[in-house]
Amino acid sequence: MAKEVSPGVLALRKVVDDVYADARKAKAEGKLVGWSSSKFPCELAEAFDLNVMYPENQAAGIAANRDGEIMCQAAEDLGFDNDICGYARISLAYAAGKRAARKIDWDKEDGYVINPATGKPLKDENGNPVLDENGKPKKDPKTQTPFIVLEDIHEIEALPEGREKERRLESIQPYRQMRMPQPDFVLCCNNICNCMTKWYENIARMCNIPLIMIDVPYNNTMDPNPENIKYIRAQFDNAIKQLEELTGKKFDEKKFEHACAQANRTASNWLKVCDYLQYKPAPMSGFDLFNHMADVVTARGKKEAADAFELLEQDLEKNIKEGTSTLPFPEQYRVMFEGIPCWPKLPNLFKPLKANGVNVTAVVYAPAFGFVYNNMDEMVSAYCKAPNSVSIEKGVEWREGICRANKVDGVLVHYNRSCKPWSGYMAEMQRRFTEDLGIPCAGFDGDQADPRNFNEAQYETRVQGLVEAMQIRKENME
Amino acid sequence: MSLENTFKEFQAAAYNPKKLLDEYKAAGKKVIGVLPYYAPEELVYAAGMVPMGIWGSNNKNIALAKEYCATFYCTIAQLALEMLLDGTMDQLDGVITPTICDTLRPMSQNYRVAMAKLKKMPTIFLAHPQYRRPAFGLQFTVDQYTNVKKELEAICGHEITDEDIRGAIKVYNKYRQARREFVKLAGEHPEAVSAVNRSAVLKAGYFMEKPEYTEKLEALNKELAALPASDWKGVKIVTSGIICDNPVLLKIFDENGIAIATDDVAHESRTIRVDAAEDGDPMMALAKQFADEDYDVLLYDEASNQNRRGEFVANLVKESGASGLVLFMQQFCDPEEMEYPYLKKALDAAQIPHIKLGIDQQMRDFGQAATAIQAFADVLSV
Repeated sequence: MAKEVSPGVLALRKVVDDVYADARKAKAEGKLVGWSSSKFPCELAEAFDLNVMYPENQAAGIAANRDGEIMCQAAEDLGFDNDICGYARISLAYAAGKRAARKIDWDKEDGYVINPATGKPLKDENGNPVLDENGKPKKDPKTQTPFIVLEDIHEIEALPEGREKERRLESIQPYRQMRMPQPDFVLCCNNICNCMTKWYENIARMCNIPLIMIDVPYNNTMDPNPENIKYIRAQFDNAIKQLEELTGKKFDEKKFEHACAQANRTASNWLKVCDYLQYKPAPMSGFDLFNHMADVVTARGKKEAADAFELLEQDLEKNIKEGTSTLPFPEQYRVMFEGIPCWPKLPNLFKPLKANGVNVTAVVYAPAFGFVYNNMDEMVSAYCKAPNSVSIEKGVEWREGICRANKVDGVLVHYNRSCKPWSGYMAEMQRRFTEDLGIPCAGFDGDQADPRNFNEAQYETRVQGLVEAMQIRKENME
Repeated sequence: MSLENTFKEFQAAAYNPKKLLDEYKAAGKKVIGVLPYYAPEELVYAAGMVPMGIWGSNNKNIALAKEYCATFYCTIAQLALEMLLDGTMDQLDGVITPTICDTLRPMSQNYRVAMAKLKKMPTIFLAHPQYRRPAFGLQFTVDQYTNVKKELEAICGHEITDEDIRGAIKVYNKYRQARREFVKLAGEHPEAVSAVNRSAVLKAGYFMEKPEYTEKLEALNKELAALPASDWKGVKIVTSGIICDNPVLLKIFDENGIAIATDDVAHESRTIRVDAAEDGDPMMALAKQFADEDYDVLLYDEASNQNRRGEFVANLVKESGASGLVLFMQQFCDPEEMEYPYLKKALDAAQIPHIKLGIDQQMRDFGQAATAIQAFADVLSV
């Protein structure tokens, strides 16, 4: 991927960093901080100036930082089955106080025990691997990392003040997702899935905090029915009342309208950015969108997010003019990536795509976060349209729309062990993509957060098969 | 009639629903399949049609359903699709597809798409609200049930009147009452009602016509109530989970002297705890009945920072006189799995021993389960 980081990308990174940094600051100042599901109407929390963080984003970050497995196992040790969504497991382990931490070297004043299995091969001045006395490749010590162990913040907090407590606190993995303060309230919207309902109920119980819930029933038609809108609209009022009780503040209509305006801007700008993948060749790698998603998740209602996406648009416009791209290889094939990526295995996902010149030019997240609306009822309707709460016909319409507009040659489908509602009708969708668009599809088994459910060999074979089918199709069309 | 013969009759219905379906159709009746959970079956009855519950199968394997579904889905939903595809349920005139869990959401689409492709029966979509009790939640349930009613009317070819629904509610209240009474009596008289027979009696209720079933069950209850007080030497447990209706598995309980005092099973008691009002607006009565459902892994608990469900189940064990709990953990059932740690917490706090048995409906070998059950019986009898 591109080495030079563009102003837009930098701005987007800062927006997310600030969300977490602001929340930590707020918590330290004794203010209320909350955890929210990614598609909860953030505009409501913004109207109360609440600092809110996002466990899904956190779980993806923890997984991408390779700590998904230890956190999933920690949840399993708490009794949560390994069939449960990996995000939920990571988040529940975190809510229970479990943390991935570096193994402390207690024999030294400070420092950690290095895991000999980590690190990149050490190379000599000619770029050849350096071998050790046993003839095995030596590791570059600069790239080696400590063993990762499980910590418990409740245990640490119970320690007397002193060096042990300090060292154990410091040992907690330093990246931003591992440093999310414990919640004072939770905001849950189950437009994503029902698992979300139980996940947040569990957090509410673990932390003994209030849960503010928006229930979005599953929809069987192309657009939400008026009775669904009415039902959810009433819940918005209910949630406002609960937030008033929680904060002791009155609902600030002006702040709400401001947040709505910003959320609309962010959504529109996000969609515009996604639309740059329509260019052939594309000015970016579709994998970039997976990273930028963090902004639509964590900061939709903030001006800074909308602004940062505008900056990114400028970067992309520049790429178009200059004929450049963030894709580090020539684009030969264009595919839609269906589903959530396997965060712990992003490099492994990318590798065979790169080897075959495949760019991801369509992701379902593009329409999934495009919450654009003009009034409260439209806002309700927008929040009904999450990937897992719409009918198969609506889901197919979304995807086929972006497949056509973004000119894809094939579809790569992630059968995600963590996501039953998403993967549950993919077989039928695959048939429709092929029937309606005449493009090949290939499915692979994986998981959004638990690396144990991803089989690299199977993935590579499936990508190879897809590439061959796309090649034959191309030849036939020429 | 001897108890044994009565049980045989219930078993005949429980183990061969297809035969009953054929009989209903031969008699010119229309039959509606009802998938889990919480579908308002009363409306089917009120329409003059026969509702038949579809909770998977213990005798089928997933083959055709693989065309629609990856492996990591609960076998109840997958085997329901299998039977809709393989012809077992071709005679149904329609099927109601609720969507209260993450498997049923996409499966409702698979059922609909598959039935339309094969030009089989219409599917009737149902989405329940998780806010069941506030006025807006009740109204949403009424709206959804009204949709179901309209689609049932299209199938039966006539209007379903309020009077029809009130009549159906009476029939169903009586049915639930008889089932609750049976669960109680079976728990009090395990020497007369084996775990296998207990399950067959409860399962038959999903397939037999309700008035006939209730009459038969009331007669059985009368006989059980007249028995002398039980002198049970074995242990008593409470069962929990989505379903535990496999006679091969239940026989292990009987062989080890383990009686079921009562249950917290979705297929059994979770759905019969609450009755509907017999007067007033009958659609609202059904909505209120759903609103009054509680302590279920599938339902949102507004007091979610408490452990109400876990404590409810722990109390159920204590009040029933059981000394332990057996949890039948349906594989890939997220809601049940998500609630397990807090169920365990409540059981541990009440010092109630429990075991968790992983099951699915394609299981044919229960060797491992048998070992665990035997060991648990030994622990409880100490």
